[in-house]
Amino acid sequence: MSGTAPTPKQRFDRWMVRNGRYLVIGIPFFWLMLFFLVPFLIVLKISFATAEYAQPPYSALFQWVDQGINIALNFGNYLFLLSDSLYVTAYLNSIRIAAISTVITLLIGYPMAYYIARSSGTVRSVLLMLVILPFWTSFLIRVYAWIGILDREGLINAALLGLGIISEPLIMRQTEFAVYIGIVYTYLPFMILPLYSTLEKMDGSLVEAALDLGCRPWKAFARVTLPLSLPGILAGSLLVFIPAVGEFVIPELLGGPNTLMIGRTLWDEFFANRDWPIASSVAIAMLLFLVVPIMWFQNLQGSEKGDGK
Amino acid sequence: MSQGDKQQAQECVQTSQPWNNPDAVPFIRFEHVTKKFGDFFAVDDVSLDIYRHELFALLGGSGCGKTTLLRMLAGFEEPSDGKIYIDGADMSGVPAYERPTNMMFQSYALFPHMSVEQNVAFGLHQDGLPKSEIRDRVEEMLNLVQMGKFAKRKPHQLSGGQKQRVALARSLVKQPKVLLLDEPLGALDKKLREQTQFELVNIQEKVGTTFVMVTHDQEEAMTMASRIAVMNEGVIKQTGTPFELYEYPNSRFTANFVGQVNLLEGILVDDNEKYAIIHSEAAGGDIYIDHAVSGHEGMTFWVALRPERIRLSDSQPAETKYNCLPGKVEEIGYLGGLSTYHVRLDSGTRIKISEPNSTRHIEPRYTWEDRVWVSWEAGAATVLSQ
Ligand SMILES: Nc1ncnc2c1ncn2[C@@H]1O[C@H](COP(=O)(O)OP(=O)(O)OP(=O)(O)O)[C@@H](O)[C@H]1O
Ligand SMILES: [Mg+2]
Repeated sequence: MSGTAPTPKQRFDRWMVRNGRYLVIGIPFFWLMLFFLVPFLIVLKISFATAEYAQPPYSALFQWVDQGINIALNFGNYLFLLSDSLYVTAYLNSIRIAAISTVITLLIGYPMAYYIARSSGTVRSVLLMLVILPFWTSFLIRVYAWIGILDREGLINAALLGLGIISEPLIMRQTEFAVYIGIVYTYLPFMILPLYSTLEKMDGSLVEAALDLGCRPWKAFARVTLPLSLPGILAGSLLVFIPAVGEFVIPELLGGPNTLMIGRTLWDEFFANRDWPIASSVAIAMLLFLVVPIMWFQNLQGSEKGDGK
Repeated sequence: MSQGDKQQAQECVQTSQPWNNPDAVPFIRFEHVTKKFGDFFAVDDVSLDIYRHELFALLGGSGCGKTTLLRMLAGFEEPSDGKIYIDGADMSGVPAYERPTNMMFQSYALFPHMSVEQNVAFGLHQDGLPKSEIRDRVEEMLNLVQMGKFAKRKPHQLSGGQKQRVALARSLVKQPKVLLLDEPLGALDKKLREQTQFELVNIQEKVGTTFVMVTHDQEEAMTMASRIAVMNEGVIKQTGTPFELYEYPNSRFTANFVGQVNLLEGILVDDNEKYAIIHSEAAGGDIYIDHAVSGHEGMTFWVALRPERIRLSDSQPAETKYNCLPGKVEEIGYLGGLSTYHVRLDSGTRIKISEPNSTRHIEPRYTWEDRVWVSWEAGAATVLSQ
């Protein structure tokens, strides 16, 4: 009815149509702000403090002095990280181990995801179930189980000795090798699932078209399947790489004394040295290390949307 | 007609209609090809010859096995039984990438991560041609399908009709011996479809490639194809030119599938050299056929009548005793160029009739409940035994 002024209800409805989605997005946004950003800011704050024998064990950042705020920023913690080669080595080690583990998970996970995506209904759901099944037992228990397998008196050594293939037990536990096994084993599902979901969505006639135009199967894979599964590869790789960099339990339980990873260093600073500011700055530095690849990934995804599918 | 003229005419038939020439060698040959999925026969003992430069259409309803037949030709499926030859070579065990065929997919299957240009060049790169030649051929092909302007675009930036042209260009650029098209125009609206049908036929004449096309649209098959194979449940019911299929269907299925038809069931009561009489309860009397029918008296036949071959009149036509049935107009449809009438015969059978609207009537010629006579010339009917 033209001419009549809108009733309050109509006005509210129109407002909702225009602005309702901000309301819907706003709630999770607020949630993330509260439970992600605030703890992060606290850690950031601590990283600029100095250690003290007190409760809490660090100096206050802001102080009321003569009706003004006195801010004491201490960059010393960060400088200390740079000066002590222990931290630099731990960072580089973490990144190296995480990167190599990511590549190995990708090499193992891709064929598995491909096979699952290509299999028929019932087989597919059973295989997917098997991929997810390990999550039903505690992660800690599964890593403990690997101790039992890799140990000097563990399953593998017992089997190999029993078969007479080796005469001396192999040292597998408390080596970097064991850390790789642990990480690859633990994070494989995180690689398989995003890969599976991109491969499963892919139109099978694209590969047929490539074959039809004269590609041999391997080349069709390289020119069509692989580039089109790139988003899945990136998502899976980040899901493995990022937690693997900060991994603590696996290097602690399976690694040797010289598998230095940043997660262990962090733990030691917090609980052994009780130097919260140093520990916080280690955490912040690690975050910065990880934010860079995430931004890169987001950028890539963004441009993919811009001119890709 | 002189002897020389006759011979020339004969030769003309042999080159333009190789299927009527017993000496012509088929270019594509299906020999008793069967394809089973589990114990389901998707294609059942199909034998088919297709000649060079044909635009051959596989026509049939959904799920009748057209795509399966085409995919066996392309090398995506192996026949469970039988053999396929292309240009004399046995195709068993030859993978898709070694066959002289290219396919235009129903979904187009354009590579989403490549530009229009790269899509078209893809097949040429596989052959390892020099860069400059690839560039020239891609350009030429894109101009042929009028997509030169869009060379740098990605597939998702194209309309349905434009995608279809790119898909056509990509499958044609390798100059395959055979081009396979799976419902090439399925995604287009009616107007664009008709326009593209002509373009496709033009392109086919220009490049001279043998086209094998799948469609479920009989009008499309009729306008485009040199010959059509009508399929049903994995079996080819009839193969022929559009004219043959329309005028001489060999079964009720083909008659029904290609165009509209009225079928009157009856029993052969009199069969001579010159004429035949079929007694039909459905028609409420005897039907006179102006040629002999191959069958014995007492056999069941169906008389097929196309709607446009039937005349309507408001009084009994004087001259004939046969083929003139009284009835009542039940429904009228105005389609612009045509009007259609549904007439309920006194015997209870419903007959479809269409008449061209060659002049601008103020009122339709007949209206509901009008008493009319339905008649046809003895030569207009086709007699079907199955
Ligand atoms: N891979 C397959 N496994 C099992 N059955 C199949 C397979 N492919 C096709 N079929 C069956 O074979 C029959 C023929 O399929 P086809 O795709 O050839 O039909 P079509 O004639 O192309 O139909 P449409 O016009 O709907 O595309 C169908 O009943 C279909 O269900
Ligand atoms: Mg089909």
